Amino acid sequence: MSSTNYVGKPVSRVDGYAKVTGQARYAVEHHVPNLLYGFIVNSAIAKGSVTTLDTSEALKVPGVVQVFTHKNTPSLAWFDRSYKDQDSVPGSPFRPLHSEKIRFSMQPIALVVAETFELARYASTLLKIEYKEESSSTNLSESLPQAHEAPKGKEGYMPPKSRGHAKKAFSAAPVKIQAEYIHGAEHHNPMEMHGSMAIYEKGGKLLVYDKTQGVANTQEYVKKVFGLSKDDVRVLSPYVGGAFGSGLRPQYQLFMAVLAALELKQSVKVSLTRQQMFSFGHRPKSLQRLALSAASDGTLQSIEHTCYSETSRFEDYTEVVVNWSGLLYQCANVELDYQLVKLDVYTPIDMRAPGAVTGIYALECAMDELAVALNIDPLDLRLRNYAPEDQNEKKPFSSKELRACYLQGAEKFGWNKRNKEPRSMREGNQLVGWGMASASWDAQQQKCAAKALLTPDGKLTVSSGTADIGTGTYTIMTQIAAETLGLPIEQVEFKLGDSSLPEAPLEGGSWTAVSVGSAVKATCEEVGQKLLKLAKKKKDSPLANAGAEDVVFENGYIILKKDPAAAVSILDIIRDEREDIEVESAAMPGMIDKLKYSFHSHSAVFAEVKVDEDLGTIHVTRVVSAIAGGRVLNPKTARSQILGAVVWGISMALQEDSVIDHNFGRFMNHNYAEYHVPVNADIQNIEVIFVEEEDDIINPLGAKGLGEIGIVGVAGAIANAVYHATGKRIRKLPIQLDNVLSEP
Amino acid sequence: MSNTVQEKTTLAAQPLAEPLPVHLRINGEDHRLQLRPWVSLLDALREYIGYTGTKKGCDHGQCGACTVLVDGVRINACMTLAVMRDGQEITTIEGLANGDKLHPLQAAFVEHDAFQCGYCTPGQICSAVGLIKEGRAKTRDDIRELMSGNICRCGAYTNIVDAIESVTGGTI
Ligand code: FES
Ligand code: FES
Repeated sequence: MSSTNYVGKPVSRVDGYAKVTGQARYAVEHHVPNLLYGFIVNSAIAKGSVTTLDTSEALKVPGVVQVFTHKNTPSLAWFDRSYKDQDSVPGSPFRPLHSEKIRFSMQPIALVVAETFELARYASTLLKIEYKEESSSTNLSESLPQAHEAPKGKEGYMPPKSRGHAKKAFSAAPVKIQAEYIHGAEHHNPMEMHGSMAIYEKGGKLLVYDKTQGVANTQEYVKKVFGLSKDDVRVLSPYVGGAFGSGLRPQYQLFMAVLAALELKQSVKVSLTRQQMFSFGHRPKSLQRLALSAASDGTLQSIEHTCYSETSRFEDYTEVVVNWSGLLYQCANVELDYQLVKLDVYTPIDMRAPGAVTGIYALECAMDELAVALNIDPLDLRLRNYAPEDQNEKKPFSSKELRACYLQGAEKFGWNKRNKEPRSMREGNQLVGWGMASASWDAQQQKCAAKALLTPDGKLTVSSGTADIGTGTYTIMTQIAAETLGLPIEQVEFKLGDSSLPEAPLEGGSWTAVSVGSAVKATCEEVGQKLLKLAKKKKDSPLANAGAEDVVFENGYIILKKDPAAAVSILDIIRDEREDIEVESAAMPGMIDKLKYSFHSHSAVFAEVKVDEDLGTIHVTRVVSAIAGGRVLNPKTARSQILGAVVWGISMALQEDSVIDHNFGRFMNHNYAEYHVPVNADIQNIEVIFVEEEDDIINPLGAKGLGEIGIVGVAGAIANAVYHATGKRIRKLPIQLDNVLSEP
Repeated sequence: MSNTVQEKTTLAAQPLAEPLPVHLRINGEDHRLQLRPWVSLLDALREYIGYTGTKKGCDHGQCGACTVLVDGVRINACMTLAVMRDGQEITTIEGLANGDKLHPLQAAFVEHDAFQCGYCTPGQICSAVGLIKEGRAKTRDDIRELMSGNICRCGAYTNIVDAIESVTGGTI
């Protein structure tokens, strides 16, 4: 085995050193002279208008430079399309400081700019603000009559398709269940709060550091909204302190920082506070109705799945929620419906595995209820209804090893020792429950470009304008580049997060590893061809007659496959050449295969909970997550992706909830103390299994992306485990101790 | 229905407290600054001196991202004012490595992939240094409990415990 075969190896993160030493600089951690600080003030009401916004006291504070409000913001781009971004949804995007109208609680209404952060924050308390308040409506359950069909128009959104006659089959079937499931709104809350620095450079150009999942998206937005040319704005985002979707659309602090920098002709930094992290997009609250029916042997007869999701008054946010119910199991009669309800909230935004965590949670709980009604083991029920092909699209899967996930996961978990009876597996006063769920996610690839530069000292620098939000992009791309050209990994550097680099798609949807990876591979292969050409020209070259197919790049050499002794050192070639080799190339998904196959990752999740019978406390003591995600490019970072996703699933099941007070239309627990996410003590044993899954159709890497699949089934598995422990079916998330203590 | 809401009674701008001389000893180096008393230790590090390794995740003592060591004890730098730490020995993430040689915890965090985005990491590592010094963590469960002041939104918890355990050898 060669030492430069890095793909598939547990390489430690190449950005690890920078991160453990504090050298990695995130969006608002750059130092420039004469920097100003902006502090944002948010609306106290959810709907109405600002009638007074008196800034005079604030401006009296020495060191306060300006206060921007809707009254003194210069006229900017006029049309909605200038405010649209790559992750926009149908509707009219929110424009900060545009008018006196208030459309959601905590809408930003002013930016105080001062010489220090403390001065700006203090001066923000001196604004005199009066509102005319109108009654707002933020209650999803009460607003269902106003629901409307979700429109097309968002990238990646597919309207659900029904098939067969679900209602008829339901009424004829011998075993059936019907249930309604709810989960609350959630906010992404990455550790790093959203922040932007607009550095004002000579000649009025801007260098913008932004917390984003797409530097090109930020650049485009700034350019369009402020009427600048592409050359006037460069966006950098080398390190991102988590995002989980919140960085897919430009957030309002970016607008604020750029506005102030351009107006004041000085560099400005604006960071949101943790409280303000609850003032923009979130995972929408949703209410779902499921009806399942089966023959007495467990064969599914019908699936009906309806979802009502919230959206804002000004945009229709859509995600794929119910379609999964037509995909995950074999069933002839499926009726799917997805409706939106407009409320006085900010537009929701994609949050880790958007749609799938919602829909599959409900489907998997319903499957558990059906298993109980049938008196069949829940895992058996799933195996009996295994879908060999994608019935939504009527296409075969490019690969699907879900069965292996079920079997290997169950084996590791010890599922066969499960006693079917609820409340049957106690340990003292702890009720032990075992639950499971299946999951799926799309495996997509997007068009992406990359650049490679090989210099005479043998150093390879590969770059693409993508992001690493903790996903391991830096590391995986370095591995792919090094392996493709057979260079030691220490000689290879990967650069990202810079709008001057070749354009990459938004970092999200689990497509980064394969999209950017394919581009990096293609680009490095072109470098390889150039090297081979040069090698052939060398005097007495052992590769003189070799074609591209006849050689491999390994251990710093181009080697003849037939005769490994015939090899030329890459360093020698490039040294003799004395000139850089530079290649820019792109990779696209294979369009024909895209039409013929369905691309999905899958997983099976098994969870153990312990519920204190007296206190109602719920602990997730064990999770086994078995993943079928194609080829694993780096088992170390891949495992971490799944571990983190399982933590997110536990959080969704038991903790996370943005609680809105409908009297005020406001999220009340808007801080880290009251918005609960797991801490170390909440997380016990998590085991990750990657089942073998070969896929030579999906892309040249055979990989599927792992950012989302790990979270999808977790909440369902835990909810089912809570039922098994307590005998109580809690049909809402998060499940908390008062639910298990009080509900029937 | 509509009604008028007045958010704030008319507050008048108050005279500001004058900057005070503050002597911060950070990672063995002396920093003499003039700071207004309202500057937190966290902002002093990040905004006034340039030690951005210490992170701000909430500014309210709720996340642990800002954990530093003051006279060897782990504290939240957002919950203390810089002027209160005059003359004390402050260690931040930038002060843990010995030249190019990583502190054993730093190396263990890389080896065990105990982070993803890395934003909580300086706080986790400083907190773990403090934890080991306290000598209270005897078991894996103790580590989990005593590291619970440091949120990791990426969910690297099990790897964080592995990393710490690899340094303590299971017992502290
Ligand atoms: S920033 Fe200090 S505890 Fe969060
Ligand atoms: S590594 Fe991202 S928050 Fe811990």
